[in-house]
Order: sequence, then structure tokens, then C-alpha cells
Amino acid sequence: MKVLDEGIGKLIQPVDLDAFRKSNHSKPKQLIDKRMSEAEAVERFIHDGDYVGTELYGTVRCPMSLVNEIVRQGVKDLRMAGQGVTELDTLLAAKLVKALDITYIALEVYGVSSVLRREVESGRVETCVEWSNGAIAERFKAAAMGVPFLPIRSMLGTDTFKYSAAKAVECPFTGEPICLLPALILDVGLIHVHRADMYGNAQIDGISGFATEMARASKRLIVSAEEIISNDEIRKNPGKTIIPYFLVDAVVEAPFGSHPGEMCYVYERDEPQIKEWVEASKTEDGADEYLAKYIHGVKDHQEYLELIGKDRLEQLQAMVPGRS
Amino acid sequence: MAENGYNPTELLICTASRLVPDNTTAFIGTGIPMLAASLAQKMHAPNLVAVFEFGGVGAMLDDLPLAVGERRTFHMAVAATGLADMVETAQRGFIEYGFLGGAQIDPYGNLNSTVIGDHDHPKVRLPGSGGGNDVGSHCWRTIAIMPHDQRRFVAKVDFITTPGYLSGPGAREAAGLPVDTGPYRVVTTLAVLGYHPDSKRMMLLATQPGVTIDDVIENTGFELLMADEIEEYPPPTDEELRILREDVDKDKLYI
Repeated sequence: MKVLDEGIGKLIQPVDLDAFRKSNHSKPKQLIDKRMSEAEAVERFIHDGDYVGTELYGTVRCPMSLVNEIVRQGVKDLRMAGQGVTELDTLLAAKLVKALDITYIALEVYGVSSVLRREVESGRVETCVEWSNGAIAERFKAAAMGVPFLPIRSMLGTDTFKYSAAKAVECPFTGEPICLLPALILDVGLIHVHRADMYGNAQIDGISGFATEMARASKRLIVSAEEIISNDEIRKNPGKTIIPYFLVDAVVEAPFGSHPGEMCYVYERDEPQIKEWVEASKTEDGADEYLAKYIHGVKDHQEYLELIGKDRLEQLQAMVPGRS
Repeated sequence: MAENGYNPTELLICTASRLVPDNTTAFIGTGIPMLAASLAQKMHAPNLVAVFEFGGVGAMLDDLPLAVGERRTFHMAVAATGLADMVETAQRGFIEYGFLGGAQIDPYGNLNSTVIGDHDHPKVRLPGSGGGNDVGSHCWRTIAIMPHDQRRFVAKVDFITTPGYLSGPGAREAAGLPVDTGPYRVVTTLAVLGYHPDSKRMMLLATQPGVTIDDVIENTGFELLMADEIEEYPPPTDEELRILREDVDKDKLYI
């Protein structure tokens, strides 16, 4: 294939399919109870310098209890795939991120992320490689397929392409230019779901974002769940299981695990809390104070929920249509 | 404009809403596009199929979503899928309209939402492409919604995040983007703009109520082409404003 053009961005995670296959091959296929705390999951499966992905959309179904634990343990020099709102903002504010495959980091209705600005404009985030949301999803899909790349018809002709690590080639079938995206194999993937069993079989209600692809693109996968259900319950409705257990390394029970974000049909997002972060994160001191209070100031997710308060959490549940 | 009974945001919403016909598909982002789509559903386009990039297909936009992935983006929807499926649906040619925004736009409709200044040492780091580049690549017609001033309407954007007509006629096809796609309209507080069919450069089609052609020229940082007849775009109607205020955004989240 003739390469027509190449992005100048760094490929910050190598495409090593055989290592990925070996890693998948070595995963236990027997049913093992994988339940553990956030602290144990982060300690065992996330290491300094790892390439980590979080799956979510905006503030929705965001693995915040795991992200907060990463901050608590100070796992650093992370490389991350960035389609993010609260979780990447938090990790960036804690200065744990060294390189980003970035698609979108901002605060949606509240605008540009002050944290992203500080971290990138100061050069503390050393590398920003640009992609579109579709491109990142297709990169996960390539990894999920076990192939080195996938073609896409976006990115072409733009600076998003120029500052990516994609290549444009002459398609061997049509002769037209096409953009090739390198597979993105994560060292660790973090996904928050509605329910899982102790083995890791996981189900999501509503839209599934890029959970299907990302779960299959992760060498190690930590699933946090609002609720742990029995394997019998899972087997009654297997069509809902988008993540089968053998992909999963750790299962963390995390009610309100997406707080201050939402979980569709379970609880709504905590707008005052999100606004508190938006305001606090405008300055470095403000962000530090927020992290000190809500993350370092509590020992685990349970204590975090106690700090937020039972009444407030129940209000968020009651706000779900049909609940009040 | 306030003395006429509507604010700039309401003007943008009503203007954009009229551009999407019934029985079409539109890729919707948060903010003004969502309000425009919701208003369109309640006015002239009850069967406007709203597509949200994280998987919501054909939602009834009764309540306004605050985020592109939250439950309102698949409220009473026909399907709830995922991001890859949505982008691939656009890539296969199913999505007619796509809404876009950005910090800068150039005469060919190229948009910047990535950086102001140099990429590796930016003066301002902006959010990045998000779904913008995908929408601008795959949708048949894209509509940019922008505040209108010289800082935003520039001869050359600092960074092409999302493709417009790139460097001019034929450039999209030469780059490998799908044929017959590209920028369609720009909706601003001052004007409705389109693109010349041959040169693909931005062209003034209509001024917003009370705005002169000179106002538009003064606030644009490049030479605008002029349509043969430049109309005054009809102001928001009482009915549009009533539905917008009492129904679409009854909780006053945006307007």
C-alpha cells in the first residue's frame, strides 16, 4: 500500500498484537470470584507509566470511584485516551497524566476545562496526539478485532490528522485515499456498569458508548458495578451481557460509582457537585483543595459517599423519572 | 435585539431550527443544536431523527439533555447503540445534517476547536475534535453555529480540527473525504451564510433582523461573497418563542 501522508503525532502505545494475544491467552477461563476493593484493584492492576483508558460519555457512567483511588494512590506518568469530562479532569488536576491521545476534554455545558488548559499550556502534559471521537472508538475496535489497524473516512485533510499518528494510504481496492488508524491496546481499561456478577460478567442499560470495543481492547480490565448480582441472574438474560467474565480481572462493587456524574435509570447527575468542581478547578489551589477534601480526605469510596451524604444521594435517585 | 423580545441565543436556536426539514436525520451535539432540534420537532419536523454520537437514535427531545450521553439522548428512542455505530452510520451516508461549532471558522468553513496558537506550545488549549471531525467528514450537509466577530471569522484558522472545503473546490474529494459532502450553512447572530457552488467560499445569504450588510462585513475577518439577493431573515415568530420558552427549555437551562 502506498503511504500518501502521515501524522507527525507519536504513537504513544505500540501496536503489539502478539503480546496482546499472549496476554489474553494467559487469562484464567475458570469462574473465579474477582471481587475486590478499589484500593486492591488499583494496586494490583495499574502501575506507573501504564496506558489507561476510561469508558464513559461526558459525566455519564464514569468510573469515578476507581479514578479517585488512582489519585489517592498517586499512580503517575499515565498515558491516557481522552474522551473525558470529570475523570480526566480529576487525573489531570492530580498531575498524574504525562501523555494523551486526546479527542475531547472539556466540561460540556460548562465549557473549556481550566485544568486541561493549565496542564497542556504549561507543558506538564508532554504529549497531545489528536484524534476524533470516531477515530478513538475505531482504534479500540481494531484492537478488539485483533487486527493492527482499521480504515476510516474521517480525519483526512485536516490538522487533526497531521497531529495524529494515523496514516493516509492509497486504498488497494478503490485507489482512493483512506485514513488508517492504529489499533489501541490498553494496558488497563476501566469501565463502570449497571451490574456484574462476581466473575465479571457485566451488563449496561441504555446506550453503551464504546464499552463493547474498549473492554475487548484492554490487556487488564477493571469493572466497577452499581450492583453485584448472581451468576444465575446473568444467565437469565445473557443478551444484555456485553462484557463476558474472561475479559475481566477485577470486579469492584461501587454504588454511586459514577458520582458526581449519572447512571441512567439509577441516579441523576449531581449538578451542585459538578458546579463545585467547575468553580474549584478554575485555579490550581482550588483544584488542590477539592482533591484534598473529596479524595485524599477520605479513605475509600464508602467514606466519600458518607461525605456527600445519604440524603443527597437519595435525592439523586429520586430524580430519576418514575422513581419519585 | 432585546427590545424585539428575544435574545441572541433564542435567535440562533430559531434560525438553526428552520434549516432542518421533517423526515431527515441530524447528528446533534449539546447546547444550541439540541435546542434547535427539539424546537424543530415541536414545530415543523416531528419526525426529525435526532442522532447522538454515543448511541441515542431517534429520541423524543421532550427534556433537554445536558450531555451527549445522558438518558434524555435516548428518551423514547428507537434504538440505543454506541459510538462506533453512530459514526459508522454517518460514514455509510445515513446522516443528512450535522451541527458544528468552534472557536474559529475560515472562508471555506474549516473549523478550529483544538488550539489557539502553535499546537505543541499553545496559547490556549481548547477541547479538541470530539465528534466534530467525524460529523464534518461524513454528514451530507453541515451547519455551523457561531457568534459572529472578527476573532472567530478569520482568513486562516490556527488549526483545522474539522474539515470544511479545506483549500477549495475538489480538496475534500482529493483528501479522500466522501463526495458531495461539506459545509452547508453558517448561522450567526448577524447572518445566515452559505457557500458559493463553484468557489466553495463563504457567501452572505441573509442578514438577521435589524442587521445591515455592512455590520456583517465589519465583523468578518475575510472577504465575504455576496448572494445575488440578500434577504432579511424573518425574525423568530411568537409561536417559536412560546414553544422554545414554555416547552423546549422550560427550566431555563440555556436561554
